[in-house]
Amino acid sequence: MSSPFFDPLLIAVAAPLCVAALIALGTPKRWVVKLAYAGFGVPALMALWVWWNFGAAAKESHGYAFLSSRSTGLDAFGIGLKLGLNGISLPLFVLAGLVGFAAGLYALQSKAERMKTYLLLLLVMLAGLMGTFASVDVFFFYFFHELALIPTFIMVGIWGGRDRTYAAMMMTIYLTLGAMLSLLGLIAIYVKSGASSFDIMVLRDTLASRPLGEVAQNHIFGLLLFGFGILVSLWPFHSWAPLGYGAAPSSAAMLHAGVLKKFGLYGLVQIALPLLPLGALHWGRDLAALAGLGNVLVIGFVTMAQRDLKQMVGYSSVMHMGYAFLGIAAGSLLGVSGVVMLMVGHGLSVALLFLLSTSVYQRTHTFDMGQMGGLAQKTPVLAWLFVAATFASIGLPGFANFWGELTIFLSLWYFSHWILVVALTGTVVSAVYGLRAAARVFFGPQSEALGRVCAAHPPSDLGWGERLPAFILIAALLFIGLWPRSFSAGINAALAVPPPAAAAAR
Amino acid sequence: MDFPALRELAAGNAWMDILPEISLGCLALFLLVLEIALPRSRHRWIPMASILGQLAILALVLARFHTGYGSTFNGLLVLSRGGQLMRAFFLASSILVSILARSSLPRQRVPRVEFHHIVLVVTAAMMLLVQSRNFVMLFVALETVTIGLYILVSYFRTNPRTLEAGLKYLVMGALSSALLLFGIALLYGVAGSQGLPGRTADAMQYAGLRSFLEANPHSFMAAAGIVLVIAGVAFKIGAFPFQIWVPDVYQGAPTPVTAFLAVASKAAGFIVLLVLVTEVFPPYEWLVGPVLTFMAAATILFGNLAALKQHNVKRLIGLSGVSHAGFILLAVIPAAHSPAAAGAVYFYLFAYLIASFAVFGVMTILAGDDDSNQELGDYAGLAKERPFLAGVLACGLGSLAGIPPFVGFAGKLFVFVAAFRSGHYGLLLVAIAGVVVSIYYYFGWIRAAYFNDEPALSAEMRRRLAVPAALTLRVALAALAAASIVLGFYQGPLGRLVSGH
Repeated sequence: MSSPFFDPLLIAVAAPLCVAALIALGTPKRWVVKLAYAGFGVPALMALWVWWNFGAAAKESHGYAFLSSRSTGLDAFGIGLKLGLNGISLPLFVLAGLVGFAAGLYALQSKAERMKTYLLLLLVMLAGLMGTFASVDVFFFYFFHELALIPTFIMVGIWGGRDRTYAAMMMTIYLTLGAMLSLLGLIAIYVKSGASSFDIMVLRDTLASRPLGEVAQNHIFGLLLFGFGILVSLWPFHSWAPLGYGAAPSSAAMLHAGVLKKFGLYGLVQIALPLLPLGALHWGRDLAALAGLGNVLVIGFVTMAQRDLKQMVGYSSVMHMGYAFLGIAAGSLLGVSGVVMLMVGHGLSVALLFLLSTSVYQRTHTFDMGQMGGLAQKTPVLAWLFVAATFASIGLPGFANFWGELTIFLSLWYFSHWILVVALTGTVVSAVYGLRAAARVFFGPQSEALGRVCAAHPPSDLGWGERLPAFILIAALLFIGLWPRSFSAGINAALAVPPPAAAAAR
Repeated sequence: MDFPALRELAAGNAWMDILPEISLGCLALFLLVLEIALPRSRHRWIPMASILGQLAILALVLARFHTGYGSTFNGLLVLSRGGQLMRAFFLASSILVSILARSSLPRQRVPRVEFHHIVLVVTAAMMLLVQSRNFVMLFVALETVTIGLYILVSYFRTNPRTLEAGLKYLVMGALSSALLLFGIALLYGVAGSQGLPGRTADAMQYAGLRSFLEANPHSFMAAAGIVLVIAGVAFKIGAFPFQIWVPDVYQGAPTPVTAFLAVASKAAGFIVLLVLVTEVFPPYEWLVGPVLTFMAAATILFGNLAALKQHNVKRLIGLSGVSHAGFILLAVIPAAHSPAAAGAVYFYLFAYLIASFAVFGVMTILAGDDDSNQELGDYAGLAKERPFLAGVLACGLGSLAGIPPFVGFAGKLFVFVAAFRSGHYGLLLVAIAGVVVSIYYYFGWIRAAYFNDEPALSAEMRRRLAVPAALTLRVALAALAAASIVLGFYQGPLGRLVSGH
């Protein structure tokens, strides 16, 4: 499908990098913005093109399409820049493109200091994200993840809000620990499989014919679980997330919470489950207990107690990751496909929530929900979007998250009734804090503090620079919510190929 | 008088095998001649002549890269791919040291030409050191390196800290030479003793000693000798428990010399160790393996933990260098069984060269009159006012920290893979803890340059930066930063060299 002249995946990775390089080399100021539009827009276009053509594209083994491979001089180590998409990575690739575009648009309209550097870092981050999900080679899968991760630290450190230095340091250390543990797990797979290749397809074939012993699988899966788990804020390793997101500038928070954090889940689904099915079974119960009780219940209640809007969104994203872990722990096709759906839905909705809460802050000059109220009269569009995003994040039908959560709950039914009860309690909790936040910010009487701020700076409704990215995200949420088959068909096809944990258990 | 060996050599034209070393020696002498011949006003061209000469020699090494492998000078030296790689490595580092010195020396009232002269002599000796396969040759080359470094370390002789560094390095260096020599003497003695199987009179030669060790795999005297030899080399690489001199000497030495110590001297030590571990000591792996494993774990932990609390950047980079020594040891340990592990050592060293010199270059530019006194606080506001320097610094530190997309990541990955293959899981966990700790202090440095709340350079730093850095230095820094990124994405040529394809 991909001709040597048109490789959409490579273009999606290279375009933001090229623009970043041009900006770094000192492009004149008036060109920077135009170039940045191209840098943020091209990956989104490529993602849509790939999504549109995926059904018709020729599939190679393991359901991969659009494959292309380039040598980086490390063929001896089994490393090469191999790009391709299958049904699992396609939805995330599209998610990265869309959220990246929205975050870029939002950054372009913001009035950040040192705009050039800000855009440059966002572009590098976007390139890393596109590359992570397009990589078939595990080395580059990890490489691109780190490429996207480093700009986050810098952006939090420079443009962050309160406690930015502390938050940046904490994120850096936590996430490095997670990344190093998962790197160790990936090296373990590479060495122990005997394949001497980092290519996922080769690894799958090798391990399908010669699976690892149970002990090895358990150990390696444990490494990957905790490594990736830290990256996805698995309780009790989550404390970096609310702090970091609370401090991060909005576009960085959108890209990190919306897309980059999904790397860990994606790694578990794409690499750990198919390669180490016995390990997944072994850890399933523990993971379910950790995620169900910790992420869903404990963090759910912590979220309820938040007064700070951005912290609340940060905690809620930690909580929703619990559902994704539960889907993985359930270890069935159904659960895993629910995880992929939820990743997309959650990525879009949390990015939208971060965007909107920053827009709220610009009008109220505070994140404290106790000092807001009645904003809906002055900013109806903002209020409408916020309520819609909250509904999406709670998982109401009509939005993408609904299908993800529903399939995960169905899979939990076959896994453990108790866990299902816990998970269902969680939805009530998330409805409580979500709706209460919307009510406190937008409805009810205006607080005195807000009255003073509004008198000094009369708030205006969302401008087009803010509306456009928000509309893109909400449209995608609704589109998937109303037509889930557009994504689930590919996911199911990809999952049906390698037998995941449940099949191996028989 | 008759020297049959020399006549034989002249007939076999073996001198051509060490042409790069001879050229370096001649270049060093030529610099002294230039100093006498040129008028004083032209002396500032001499460092440039040195740099150009070294570039020519580097071109020579690269042009003859794949020729003339094999044993020469009756087995004193062995020319190999690894040796050629290290020749290029030492030349690259001496060129960079010369470039740094060209900017750094004029700030101090010290003679300049001798500095460049000594750097060249030391470089030639390092090249011979890593190619030697005979303990006499090894010791002579090592002493040439060490004595040259004694002078270089105490070069800013008006600065008390530099003198302290020089004295410490002298005492510690002498001690390490003594240990090494004692170890060699024990090995030579036991290998020649009557009544042991495989007795050899030629135990100075690596091959001879190896065959003796194979015949006596559990001799106590030989084991003691091996441990002493490793201890002597451990001083050079700054591995635990012989790392104690590192912070003081790194701080006191002139910054270009610190770079030379950190990169070239350490690399020389590692290659000596690598050759010994792969070619001589395999029969004693029961001893060498645990010793090096302990050393690696302790080195990583000590280096990283000690670096956490440093505010002086020279001490910081010295201690971080100690931890890097631990990481490299990770790949040295399994090197006897795996060519890939040896390749990982070479790759890591090159990555370390690129990253370290990027950082040292920035440090040289920021250094004031008192070269030893550089604090993290001096970097406040650098990103805002000198984005180029801050960018180079970030590339160098990122690469040292082993973060993609920089070349240091590939280096760390290969080292980890090598250690994993050999089953050193515990050591890997220590290494990972070390990486996470190291992020803290590298990040602290970046934070000082980028995130400071008072984004302005202090008046003192403004004064230091008022004179623009030399063009060659800026070009070199740009090249290093670019190399650290490009090699991070495309490890091509270097990857092929180290994997032997």
